[in-house]
Amino acid sequence: MRKVAVVGVGMTKFGERWEAGLKELTAEAGIRAIEDAGISGDEVEAVYVGNMSGGRFVGQEHIGALLADAMGLNPVPATRVEAACASGGLAFRQAYLAVASGEFDIVVAGGIEKMTDVLTGQATTTLGGAADQEWETFFGATFPSLYALIARRHMHEFGTTEEQLARVAVKNHYNGARNPFAQYQKEITLDQVLNSSPVAEPLKLLDCSPITDGAAAVVIASEDVAKKLTDTPVWVNASAQASDTLALHDRKSLTTLRATVEAGKKAFQKAGISPRDVDLAEVHDCFTIAEILAVEDLGFVKKGEGGKAVEDGMFDLNSDVSVNTSGGLKACGHPVGATGIKQVVEVTWQLRGEAGKRQVDKAEIGLTHNVGGSGATAVVHILSRYIDLRSRR
Amino acid sequence: MAEGSVPAVWRRYPQRYRLVGSKCETCGEFFFPPRIICPNCRRKGKVVEYQFSGRGVVESYTVVHTPPADMEDQAPYVLAIVRLEEGPMLTAQIVDVDPREVKIGMPVRMVFRRISEDGEDGLINYGYKFAPL
Repeated sequence: MRKVAVVGVGMTKFGERWEAGLKELTAEAGIRAIEDAGISGDEVEAVYVGNMSGGRFVGQEHIGALLADAMGLNPVPATRVEAACASGGLAFRQAYLAVASGEFDIVVAGGIEKMTDVLTGQATTTLGGAADQEWETFFGATFPSLYALIARRHMHEFGTTEEQLARVAVKNHYNGARNPFAQYQKEITLDQVLNSSPVAEPLKLLDCSPITDGAAAVVIASEDVAKKLTDTPVWVNASAQASDTLALHDRKSLTTLRATVEAGKKAFQKAGISPRDVDLAEVHDCFTIAEILAVEDLGFVKKGEGGKAVEDGMFDLNSDVSVNTSGGLKACGHPVGATGIKQVVEVTWQLRGEAGKRQVDKAEIGLTHNVGGSGATAVVHILSRYIDLRSRR
Repeated sequence: MAEGSVPAVWRRYPQRYRLVGSKCETCGEFFFPPRIICPNCRRKGKVVEYQFSGRGVVESYTVVHTPPADMEDQAPYVLAIVRLEEGPMLTAQIVDVDPREVKIGMPVRMVFRRISEDGEDGLINYGYKFAPL
């Protein structure tokens, strides 16, 4: 396999983008990424786009061709990738594999979701499609409720508290307040989280990521091309993916996402590093409990110690591992198909030292972790300024 | 699920109305919803139909305050993962109990109830919920 680098990144402002449809959002992110790469666009050989449910959110399918069209990239081959909330991360992985395999030299990976054209109830129903329709959703499961079932069990087994969950939201809003692309650029307090209205107990409104419009895009290139295009390539040192049962109740454990564990292990093995080496991580905090699961399942802390570690500030900006410097899904927003790509955009900015007020000191190695559904898909990438992390060259 | 599809509801009657699952006679594992192939034994497995007892315990639970559109009339409701006494787990509402009384480890039994309605003129869906034993 060939070495692959990120050479250009761009994203839209995330939020309630009433004025923008799918095409405007796509073009905004895509053009920024292409400009950032310093190319004209003619060099792009293929496009991969993550999108969960254009069909149910805006009645639009065929998102691959739509993206190529909106970005003015026809006639390049364009492919949509879907894995619920992991669609973006998976689109990045497909783009990576296409370049690593030698098929293409320059590829665009994008992610897009336009979610605010439907009412909240419809959005909830559509997102519920990531769960098992026949055996979970039919009986009244919603996404918050599935993560609430995980949270309740985690509290039962490990003594995790509602305050520790809330602490995740407070931290991610602190970071989001320093990100001009975030949906919520304001800090919140522990009391505000604890006193917000119940969604699915023990999860409250401020434990949940919001409904968001947004798009993100990256340009990736093979080693030779990347070195010609930029002095600051961000290398993809590992790409890994794993699957698990669609239904939460079919898993042996309710408090670990096996797909995250497996994808994480594979990624660290491929990159030749351990979790200790990671400076910053964008993890999938669709709900506060999900960030606690992520830091445990990726190996930053032992199983059961995530809540305590969050409370101790281990994942605050410029601490042991800076987690969700973008604000995460919680504060930056969660346009589901775009999130996995946004994670790569954020890590790239950090590794290039372009993250402004939320810049991590001496950021050298970053990780992205994107989950579909309640954990049926997980995709993990490790990125750094080194082409080879074993030799650190 | 495709909204309003009669066959999509009808073909799940045995499982949703009566908790009919399956069992592998080779390794002894129970499956709900039923599996046709045993993932442990694959071609060596012998999978047969099995009627679950309907008894189990609460593994985890939540009180849902923001329901999907077709269950708005029922919220807030208790949703749980129930471990059946034969082993498999499933997702179902817990009813006939004060939500504050529900605990992890609480013994429950299956009851047959209305699950949801597809609007005024649509199908009325029935199936299992669980109540304190």
